[in-house]
Amino acid sequence: MSDLSLARAALDVTPPPDLGAQVEALSSRGMVAIRGDLADAGFAAALKAATGCDVPGVRRSTEAGECRVLWMSTDEVMIFCEWSAAPGVVASFMEKAGDAHVLALDVSDARAVFRVSGEKAWRVLAKGAPVDLERFGVGEVRRTRIATVATGIVRTGDDSFEVFCFRSFAAYMWDWLCVGAGAESLSDL
Amino acid sequence: MLLIQCPACGVEAEETEFAPGGEAHILRPEPGCSDADFAMYLFERKNPRAVHYERWRHAFGCGKWFHMARHTHTLEIFGVYAADAPEPPQEIKDRIAERTAS
Ligand SMILES: [Zn+2]
Repeated sequence: MSDLSLARAALDVTPPPDLGAQVEALSSRGMVAIRGDLADAGFAAALKAATGCDVPGVRRSTEAGECRVLWMSTDEVMIFCEWSAAPGVVASFMEKAGDAHVLALDVSDARAVFRVSGEKAWRVLAKGAPVDLERFGVGEVRRTRIATVATGIVRTGDDSFEVFCFRSFAAYMWDWLCVGAGAESLSDL
Repeated sequence: MLLIQCPACGVEAEETEFAPGGEAHILRPEPGCSDADFAMYLFERKNPRAVHYERWRHAFGCGKWFHMARHTHTLEIFGVYAADAPEPPQEIKDRIAERTAS
């Protein structure tokens, strides 16, 4: 089964010194993917019961306690929670959803999550993502790419972002973010 | 570089977030059709130097397919519309008529 060391193995590297942007791997993050009719009242009730969160609007996220729900697509949301809580979230959602046509799956091991924070955090991401990050609000979600890797970005605070990608790209993404947060990338021209 | 607005998630993004899916509105011939008709369906494409109706996918974004009307020479995008639309909406046809009238 899942082993947190898997997530850390490739990332056992010292992050660069803090020059205005810090990078860290969030290896205890649990993730649950849910597909269904986001406009359905039963879906909203099951999501509320499992996470305490409301259904997020298009490209937004909602938060309650340890959980954050991210809008992924017109028929998909992703739940961020504690790694150990993910199986319980799935069970509670599916029980509440009853016979509704939905699918919930613990995908904690499928993706890696990183936090990029600091006043220059947005500049790290702007190096690789075709997104206007200065006009990217807190709580907003953007599925895009960083370099050539399919990536999700959520702005969790004024100076804080979480970046997630498939775990097979975790080592590459870690290296990329560390270079992006390094002196050569962040020096003012 | 094209700037494309995805009709599914509403985001306007550059073309590197999208994957082209070729000519749109190609009808599969009925069962029992001739080999020539089926070969046409499989292989023959218009490839015009003009307005082109295309399928695209927001591959690095929300993952959804959609349709786009685009001029292959000027690269002007006349509009995007739902993946399940059997033909372009009148609004987009009108815009094309207006923009391509000389
Ligand atoms: Zn989209």
